[in-house]
Amino acid sequence: MRNVITIARKELNTYFQSPIAYILIAAFAAMFGYFFWSLVYFFVRASMQAQMSGRSMPMNLNELVVRNLLGNCGVLCLFMIPMLSMRLFAEEKARGTIELLLTSPLKDWEILLGKWIGAVGMYASLLLFSSINLVFLFAYGKPDWKPLLIGYLGLLLQAAAMLALGMFISSVTQNQIVAAVMTFFLLLLLWVFEWMANMDQNRITEVLTYISLLRHNESFIKGVLDMKDTIYYLSVSFLGLFLTARSLESVRYRG
Amino acid sequence: MIQVEGLTKRYARNVAVDHVSFSVEKGKIVGFLGPNGAGKTTTMRMLTCFMPPTEGTATIAGFDVVKQPLEVKKRIGYLPETPPVYPEMEVGEYLQFVARIKGIPEKEVLQRSQEAAARCSIKDVWSKLIGKLSKGYRQRVGLAQAIIHNPDVLILDEPTSGFDPKQIIETRDLIKSLAGDHTIVLSTHILQEVEAMCESLIIINKGKIAKSGTFEDLTRRNGAVLEISVPNGSPEASALTAPFASLSGVNAAHATLSDHGLWRIDVDTAAATDIRPQLAQIVMANGWNLHRLDSASLALHELFLSLTNPVVETTAPEAAPEETEQ
Repeated sequence: MRNVITIARKELNTYFQSPIAYILIAAFAAMFGYFFWSLVYFFVRASMQAQMSGRSMPMNLNELVVRNLLGNCGVLCLFMIPMLSMRLFAEEKARGTIELLLTSPLKDWEILLGKWIGAVGMYASLLLFSSINLVFLFAYGKPDWKPLLIGYLGLLLQAAAMLALGMFISSVTQNQIVAAVMTFFLLLLLWVFEWMANMDQNRITEVLTYISLLRHNESFIKGVLDMKDTIYYLSVSFLGLFLTARSLESVRYRG
Repeated sequence: MIQVEGLTKRYARNVAVDHVSFSVEKGKIVGFLGPNGAGKTTTMRMLTCFMPPTEGTATIAGFDVVKQPLEVKKRIGYLPETPPVYPEMEVGEYLQFVARIKGIPEKEVLQRSQEAAARCSIKDVWSKLIGKLSKGYRQRVGLAQAIIHNPDVLILDEPTSGFDPKQIIETRDLIKSLAGDHTIVLSTHILQEVEAMCESLIIINKGKIAKSGTFEDLTRRNGAVLEISVPNGSPEASALTAPFASLSGVNAAHATLSDHGLWRIDVDTAAATDIRPQLAQIVMANGWNLHRLDSASLALHELFLSLTNPVVETTAPEAAPEETEQ
């Protein structure tokens, strides 16, 4: 376990020692801030209109602001995750530092688990920065904090699954750009699968929709902790980790 | 300490290492010598459990590299050809990271990394970013990384590449000082390096061991070189060589007159025994003055070229310019 922590800490430090962490935090903060501002603006205008027309419409902060905000974050993942996962193994291979890791008394699963945890930790810190915006919601309104927390948990689980897949792709190449592009298109594909559901209802679309990564986030965003979706994200993460382990093994054979 | 038996690495299209066997005793320095692409790095990668062999076995300190890789990895320090350093880390931070993944207890991490830094004389750059260091310093950080957990076996792939002459000498001294406690296998294609550091060497070419043994064994050629002067008169070369050539076991003797009026006589023999005493007696019996009497030895580069470039030997005239280029 100490080895896993050592590797995870090193990964997290590496993000913050390179510009990538700050660029992503800044970009994510800007996007999140924009989403937040536009949603709150819309919410305020709608509630003012409701007051002026004299009808007291029930306006729910969670439903109108938080839900859309988190939904947008889920889509943002598509663009952020490849940038986080691309370097995980590709960089080590290109620099030759993979030789240090693979010739140290570490088990393969300790290396990849540590790296994955480090990357998930990096994403968690992005979310943490974004949550500064939400302080204003609590300052001026009364949003329900429980669904918000579950929504954040859903985003984290979704990112964990995506990062595991991205880590696998990063382990098959030593070119970070190749890893990022491949991860992006894989995630895009897993997203657009859910569009099928809107067109037709049959066995194939059912399966494709189930595979789709983002659809499983819907219940979390609504504030519902669904076991089925949790298990989905955990099993996709496991698949990604398992494939990475296989790929590391083949690195050994091919050199 | 190291036992290698029939080690083979096959790739889809070629054989990188072909049935290599050797053994290294505890505390010795062994040089792996061979042209680029001979299979040195691949062999080292198999010894360090970076990649498994296709065939054959290797054991380090009694542990098999395939069956007990974790035990082997605890006992080896490995410096790959490019030092495995993270440019965005500080030297001290990097050494402490390595110390942790090598399994050094948390209490000793700082102390052990400082010791390794002191040994490789990189304490003055302890809090500098590795990416900002010169190549020589980076290589030393790599070396510190390899010795940090005090391993039984050190495997160094071209440890002095990219050094200036002063650093080369320092690194050689450092490596020599590490022998004894550590068993060291180092690869190089620089011949002086082997002469300066290694007790024995393994010459590897095209994945096979061309020759191995101690340095003296490999370079000794039975035979002798004499330099004599003849006190009075200018004798014929044949008159000078005749007494030597007639000695039992001697194949041939050549005499050449040097600029300083000394005759240089090369005596070739197939006999395993040292014939120098007999040669001295002949010189004395003829009343000549003896200026030099040496056993002939093969220069390492001659040995190396003859083993790794057999084509050059057979087509000597045409290939000669190429040889000098090398």
